[in-house]
Amino acid sequence: MSDMYSSDEIMTVSAARALRDGLTCFVGIGLPSAAANLARATHAPGLVLIYESGTIGAKPGLLPLSIGDGILAETADAVVSVPEIFNYWLQPGRIDIGFLGAAQIDKFGNINTTVVGGDYGRPKVRLPGAGGAPEIAASCREVIVVVRQTRRSFVDRVDFVTSVGYGSGPGDRERLGLTGAGPRQIITDLGVLEPDPETLEFTLTGLYPGITVDTVRERTGWDLAVSASPQAIAPPTADELTALRDLHARSNTA
Amino acid sequence: MAEIVSLAEAVGRAIHDGDAVAMEGFTHLIPFAAGHEIIRQRRRGLTLIRMTPDVIYDQLIGAGCARKLIFSWGGNPGVGSLHRFRDAVENAWPAPLELEEHSHAGMANRYVAGASGLPFAVLRGYNGTGLAEVTPTIAPVTCPFTGEILTAVSALRPDVAVIHAQRADRAGNVQLWGITGVQKEAVLSSERAVVTVEQIVDVLDPRPGAVVLPAWTVTYVAQVPGGAHPSYALGYSARDNDYYAAWDAISRDRDAFTSWLAVLMKNAL
Repeated sequence: MSDMYSSDEIMTVSAARALRDGLTCFVGIGLPSAAANLARATHAPGLVLIYESGTIGAKPGLLPLSIGDGILAETADAVVSVPEIFNYWLQPGRIDIGFLGAAQIDKFGNINTTVVGGDYGRPKVRLPGAGGAPEIAASCREVIVVVRQTRRSFVDRVDFVTSVGYGSGPGDRERLGLTGAGPRQIITDLGVLEPDPETLEFTLTGLYPGITVDTVRERTGWDLAVSASPQAIAPPTADELTALRDLHARSNTA
Repeated sequence: MAEIVSLAEAVGRAIHDGDAVAMEGFTHLIPFAAGHEIIRQRRRGLTLIRMTPDVIYDQLIGAGCARKLIFSWGGNPGVGSLHRFRDAVENAWPAPLELEEHSHAGMANRYVAGASGLPFAVLRGYNGTGLAEVTPTIAPVTCPFTGEILTAVSALRPDVAVIHAQRADRAGNVQLWGITGVQKEAVLSSERAVVTVEQIVDVLDPRPGAVVLPAWTVTYVAQVPGGAHPSYALGYSARDNDYYAAWDAISRDRDAFTSWLAVLMKNAL
């Protein structure tokens, strides 16, 4: 945390940097949507944003509150039906990056957005559920997860597998017939985690300025592996911060 | 052939206690006014079907209309939880709520199967997820040509579909555009269909990307301007984001919700 920018801001900027210009990106609402729109507003003007409401190539000038806001349809290259977006566009692997959030995520990148605690029929906390995430996680060529890191959200095993990352380890995606490569990065408010090439266990590979490995370990619910020399991630530039704050300002007053 | 009637008549005639009702509209064109009329007419024991049971189903569930929910994402978009939905699942208030839970891709394909007159649809999905374990309408199926194991989801065949559209003509042909979601499939998979519209016009001039539902696929059309509020109708109204944000506090508290409900019951259209 710094007095120059908030932890959410560096997380969003870091996630935006992960999106290269010209990619196609299936965008979940919330933090992923903010990051994808920031990328479009800065280094990736040709990033193609696809929302599960059926809007392909949406170019909102502000952050939509929902995946079906009018601005998405009005600025899209094409608006298709919901069966079509999933069957023709997502399922065959046409989309480069799936950009997801999570309520719980485990060391193999499996995501839970369904229930926490208790049992499925009578949970302690009922979350919204799957939405488009299971098939985004299965079929996009790669997945990036954007989530705030806490001991409650970063758990050894998720209470419910809503969307599959690497299952219980190497070989599981192939065994399950999942066509995409799976989660490539988890971008948090502390740094970046990436799967170990051999174990596929998410490993700390990048840290924001002022964040220590100990802090990340304290906020991780499993015995976190750390790469030999975690990369020092550059703080947001003035341009990135201005663009992000402009997006938020336009959204709050729209 | 579609009959043009009042909203109260359409709901009264088309929707009965115990029916399976699919009210669709993917953020856009959500049939809120029809949902409120179902609450006012005190329907009970409904199986509510909807991909995104957002505020409209939170209201129906809190009002005690539902016995079962078939869905894929139950939240207040961009705001947070649906607290009436959560209270029903976590605490059985005001009544227990049976769940049949899918992903969006699964739900969309279930409507496609229903609209196609098929018993199930096939997709590549659910493998390795907990949903495949808890939901009986998800099952593996082997491709007879390649031997690949895929996922089958059973067809949805609601008793009634309820949607909101921009326009209808006097014969009851319906036209909707913008984000059209899964409404066409919902109507074609259902036994009956109720459509509320912003406007009834003499001639439906073509609109880019519009879905047209011929009058003979629709049972009742009711003119209800603003009938999607707080959702929106592209070309007619904007999404009332403040309503969605304000719903959080009402939904969070049983007393606040009960007061909201009492006002709704008093205010007939």
